Amino acid sequence: MSQIQHAVPDGPIRYTQICTRSTSCSSPPTSSSAAGTEPPSCPGHRGRTPRRKWQVFPGRNRFYCDGRVMMARQTGVFYLTLVLILLTSGLFFAFDCPYLASNLSPAIPAVGAVLFVFVMGMLFRASFSDPGVLPRATPDEAADLERQIDSTSCSKPPPRSREVLINGQTVKLKYCFTCKIFRPPRASHCSLCDNCVERFDHHCPWVGNCVGRRNYRFFYLFILSLSFLTIFIFSFVITHVVLRSNRTGFLTTLKDSPASILEVVVCFFSVWSIVGLSGFHTYLISSNQTTNEDIKGTWSRKEGKDNYNPYSYGNVLTNCCAALCGPLPPSLIDRRGPIQADTPQTAPQSNGTGGSSYAPTQLHSHMCDQDQCIQSTKFVLQAAATPLLHSDPVVLPPLPAKPASLGGPCAYLGPAQPTLPSCAGDVLTLRDVAVDSHCHHHLHLHHLHHHQHFVSPEETPCGTPQGALPCPAHMHLQHPAPQVRYDPVTQDSLHEDSVRGLVKLSSV
Amino acid sequence: MDIRCFTVLIFCPTQFHNLQELRHSASLANKVFIQRDYSEGTTCRFQTKFPSELESRIELTLFEETVKTLNNFYAEAEKIGGQSYLEGCLACATAYLIFLCMETRYEKVLKKIAKYIQEQNEKIYAPRGLLITDPIERGMRVIEISIYEDRGSSGSSSGSSSVSGSTAR
Repeated sequence: MSQIQHAVPDGPIRYTQICTRSTSCSSPPTSSSAAGTEPPSCPGHRGRTPRRKWQVFPGRNRFYCDGRVMMARQTGVFYLTLVLILLTSGLFFAFDCPYLASNLSPAIPAVGAVLFVFVMGMLFRASFSDPGVLPRATPDEAADLERQIDSTSCSKPPPRSREVLINGQTVKLKYCFTCKIFRPPRASHCSLCDNCVERFDHHCPWVGNCVGRRNYRFFYLFILSLSFLTIFIFSFVITHVVLRSNRTGFLTTLKDSPASILEVVVCFFSVWSIVGLSGFHTYLISSNQTTNEDIKGTWSRKEGKDNYNPYSYGNVLTNCCAALCGPLPPSLIDRRGPIQADTPQTAPQSNGTGGSSYAPTQLHSHMCDQDQCIQSTKFVLQAAATPLLHSDPVVLPPLPAKPASLGGPCAYLGPAQPTLPSCAGDVLTLRDVAVDSHCHHHLHLHHLHHHQHFVSPEETPCGTPQGALPCPAHMHLQHPAPQVRYDPVTQDSLHEDSVRGLVKLSSV
Repeated sequence: MDIRCFTVLIFCPTQFHNLQELRHSASLANKVFIQRDYSEGTTCRFQTKFPSELESRIELTLFEETVKTLNNFYAEAEKIGGQSYLEGCLACATAYLIFLCMETRYEKVLKKIAKYIQEQNEKIYAPRGLLITDPIERGMRVIEISIYEDRGSSGSSSGSSSVSGSTAR
């Protein structure tokens, strides 16, 4: 795909464009009229006014094919998955199938082909579709919620969480500082994609996307069919080698069909992990739990005798049917929709401490005048972002020694981070790499931002919702310094992210 | 920006065909958000609690009826039963290609909802200076009800928020 669009062009340009449109529209956004009439956008056009909503999508996703395809930012492992499947299947069809078709049955390649097509279809569906991202709150909604939160003051539960009774079980709804919403039950914020996802299961690097409400069934069918395909290829390659060896001898067989060894090796190592994963997800589906809930032990008996899963239908069959054959909700983010002049822009980013310093009560009384929000955002952006663009060193709040700091937040990420146990099983080594790279990323760029998610409302002392934060590792990060120093170690490829990230940090 | 007396709108029913004009000619005073009701799980339901800001604008029964009807629509869309299983199995059997030709039941219901909201706006809410925004445009988080006021009598200090760039004109 030649048109690879990052959802977010360079930070200042994006905000300036949005500001211009909402204040005085000198050049109204060129038409949101016919979808197909615009010429395909070329890579060098970033300065153009965005036409579709995916182009100004605030999360950290990548969009291809003019918004039809949506994936996470890191897609390297997805390509690995693709290569492994294509290579193994290709070798199977090329080297083993001719023998098997002629000596055993032509049904073998036929079944193999059907399985292969199904696997690829499910993979693409799981990878490319919207997992159930919740769009961020509009400024008015955010202000309304803030007002409600402020008015409840020192009550139990703490203001930034709500308790709700679902089927007799008390469930706590947490407030998401990034998206400025109270997360629905079972939703979680994926820090890799920077989105709240409904019925968040996990972030799967193999699939290159989050797995959530809208694509869980595709993910499950993918791993299920892939287990069948792996077992199918494994068994028939062994059969092929055995049959041939009976006739011509083992070594000759290996010479005639060298690919078989590779296939056997790949399949052997894959079978354990993929079949294990399928079994695990079958268990999850039958008990109507998400990976996130299972890992955290949310509904385990150990939490308390009365603890049970309120979402389960009580019956394994009903749970399975509901998960796999239930209605497929539509995407809430409308990524290909045209950007209209009166489309409410999402609330500007503010970290946990920023809200109070910006005097939200004043805003509430004025119903959060969006112009004010944007003007002040613009001002702070210019102050904070221009040094970055000129590559001057800017100061990050002082962190402990780097190795320790990498370990610290990452360790802290461990228990609460839903993205870590991405695909259970064999992903251990890969996970560490992925986690490290993301930790690194987060550490330098989104530390404050990230930090918000982990200050659970229970820990926040009452009366100072943005005040003293107990976690010692993050103490020094309470006050967003107006200037941030950019660590020179960070790669250039993260520069764009850093601009965005720091712009987010400094916007109040 | 045109200063059109809001009262004129009431006597010009043709204006209701274009609810956009309502937005642009009357000034937005406030927005009320009806939040989701999660007491029955993750299915889409909205709270039927009557917000205090609407007390003077609309009758309780009308409001409740609107919200209850919307809740029923969403329940119908998300219902797990024979028809949804059939659709799900058929879709799986065709590798989900069938959705290139037909739309899902959920989408059909969403269209019904959009029509219902449009109708409610025209008949009930716009004459009272209110406007309901379809929840799908707000990510199914809230039902946003915008309260408009006659520009002459409005004491609010807010400019219109997302509605226009016209405040700066």
